[in-house]
Amino acid sequence: MAEKASQDIKARPEQLIYAAILEKGMFIGLAVLLITFIIYAFGIIEPYIPLDEISRYWSMNVHDYLHHANIKGGWSWVRLLKYSDFLNFIGIAILAGVTIISYVAIIPILVRTKDWAYAIFAVAEVLILGLAASGLLAVGH
Amino acid sequence: MKTRWQLVIFLGLGLCWIIAAPALGLATGGPSAPAPETEGPPWWFWPLILFAVTFIMGILAVLGGVGGGVLFVPIISGFFPFHLDFVRGCGLLVALSGALAAGPGLLKMNLASLRLAIPVALIASTCAIIGAMLGLALPTNIVQIALGLTIMGICVLMLTARKSELPDVQKPDRLSSTLRIYGVYQEGSTGQIVDWKIHRTPLGLCLFVLIGIMAGMFGLGAGWANVPVLNLVMGAPLKISVATSKFLLSITDTSAAWIYLNQGCVIPMMVVPSLVGIMLGSFVGVRVLAVTKPAVVRWIVIGMLAFAGVKAFLKGLGI
Repeated sequence: MAEKASQDIKARPEQLIYAAILEKGMFIGLAVLLITFIIYAFGIIEPYIPLDEISRYWSMNVHDYLHHANIKGGWSWVRLLKYSDFLNFIGIAILAGVTIISYVAIIPILVRTKDWAYAIFAVAEVLILGLAASGLLAVGH
Repeated sequence: MKTRWQLVIFLGLGLCWIIAAPALGLATGGPSAPAPETEGPPWWFWPLILFAVTFIMGILAVLGGVGGGVLFVPIISGFFPFHLDFVRGCGLLVALSGALAAGPGLLKMNLASLRLAIPVALIASTCAIIGAMLGLALPTNIVQIALGLTIMGICVLMLTARKSELPDVQKPDRLSSTLRIYGVYQEGSTGQIVDWKIHRTPLGLCLFVLIGIMAGMFGLGAGWANVPVLNLVMGAPLKISVATSKFLLSITDTSAAWIYLNQGCVIPMMVVPSLVGIMLGSFVGVRVLAVTKPAVVRWIVIGMLAFAGVKAFLKGLGI
């Protein structure tokens, strides 16, 4: 009886796998973000927007910012990774992407245990987050 | 313990130095364009202040029992020169990082329940996308007014909402039984094994439609709404509610954060100082918690939120 209770207290396998991936992704994302920020702030690599001009942009709305800085939305930042300010987006994308990877990782376990409802929920969540990440959902002021 | 404190001080001073480095002539490369003629303080002034303010915010958030995101958006949008679009994008990333930092530990301890979070997150994250798109499509002053009203509503919620350590769930509803949303955890303070189940699942899920929309629209972490719904409406124990809510933010905010990121609402010079400031502040806050009266700090936090809410409301009205 006591053994069963102690087993119940433990997290389920899919929960532990999810947690492990989330943890690794969080550490990697934060480390990359800090390193790239040091590169940016010290001017080791030239930024797209010079540091002393950045304050001109942050009070604009995002539409004007993109227009004046000549930046396109979506994944266009990937093409600007040679600039140190956009290098920071790698860490941000890792932080924003690790949840999707965690979900993908638990789908096989949910299928194997025939937990169909949760397998469908997990697939749907991956699709929803994937859609958000895709950049297909464009909006504007 | 001493080493941790040294690490916090080292990281804090390090970040201040990094931000101020170009201003002190320490940067080796940098922009080739001549410095523009701008009025007001130099560019590094605001990121440095942002770091200092978010550090204090991180401490107060822990002491006041609220998420950093809910303090971040109204205060930074009200008192800093940054546009609301960037503040919301930054606020979501701040809340997301906090949730990512806490989530794995809570899941491993089985305090955050993946089984409870998955269906809730599916609804909340979908609605957060809709909220983010709405927030970016609406005129800024309308969003600012709505933000002010929401923040004032949060203050009322914080003043009036009850909490129930172990809600009495007589019988789980059919949906939660079908989805097998229940669990067991050990109460750390007493060693007691607690069996928990939930009820009123359909109502709770409907409320997460609203929570998701608000989280996405304003870039707020939604712990202030998640916990009462999970605890008081659905009947999850308080510990499970708080932990699952924190973990839930990592999913809800991910979907909205991608919308803001793809829309261009992310400026690294705002994000990194805020993120590090809040995280270091939270770390210090946990230590300070042991020697302060949280009730007093909670009043201070509610007061700050109310002030920031009124400010956002008036700003939206152009006053």
